[in-house]
Amino acid sequence: MSQARSLNRRTVMLTSIAAATALSQFAAATASATPDSAKELLKTLARGDAKEGKIAIRAPEIAENGNTVPVTVTVESPMTDKDHVKAIHVVADGNPNPGVASFQLTPLSGKAEVQLRVRMASTQKILVVAEMSDGSLWSGAREVKVTIGGCGG
Amino acid sequence: MADDIKPRIRVPQNPKKGEVIEIKTLITHPMESGQRKDAAGQTVPRSIVNALNVTYNGKPVFAAKLEPAISANPYMSFFLRVEESGTLAFEWKDDEGKSHKSEQKITLAA
Repeated sequence: MSQARSLNRRTVMLTSIAAATALSQFAAATASATPDSAKELLKTLARGDAKEGKIAIRAPEIAENGNTVPVTVTVESPMTDKDHVKAIHVVADGNPNPGVASFQLTPLSGKAEVQLRVRMASTQKILVVAEMSDGSLWSGAREVKVTIGGCGG
Repeated sequence: MADDIKPRIRVPQNPKKGEVIEIKTLITHPMESGQRKDAAGQTVPRSIVNALNVTYNGKPVFAAKLEPAISANPYMSFFLRVEESGTLAFEWKDDEGKSHKSEQKITLAA
């Protein structure tokens, strides 16, 4: 019970700090990514529409610090010469710009998994598209709640 | 700011032939996003590490293109299947056009 109470207090404090930071740092930021612009970018990066599936995104449900949110992307694939993941594109739909990173893999990777740390300005969705060697595209998404935005640094 | 850029690579020692190993890497870099304002209210210009290329014995094995949404001191991990001993070479490129190189030898268990 006492633990729950202290957690609540911390959350309240963090939220008020977040609000203050948001006011001072993000007030001037006009351009911002939207879910649509993020999807657009993914389409451009992957050159096509993706089917849902084959992708697992591991990230904290609630990230207290948006400056570094650990994200792990795993794509289901045997990673052989004939059947492997060629590229993994990661975007986020609530940052000033939607792009996050693109990775290129080869059959030598052995396992289609990458880990990265992402800046997140606010609560938003991480979207991932994987390009397979046979040309098919697979997508996945995951929402991360962010307590303190990590855009100003 | 650009002087303290230091790449680090961590690989498991003496993997077996054909083993899939996890490679972890970090480069110390502020990754200025171009969104931040300094104390005087001026926008700090964008300055990030925007690309990483990794080769193993000269063959490309992993590449990354990074955007400002990557955290400061970019950390990444990926996997590699090792069939032979060799050298893993990392090359990072930044917005200023400089490249930062680092190498790590992998020796298969006898």
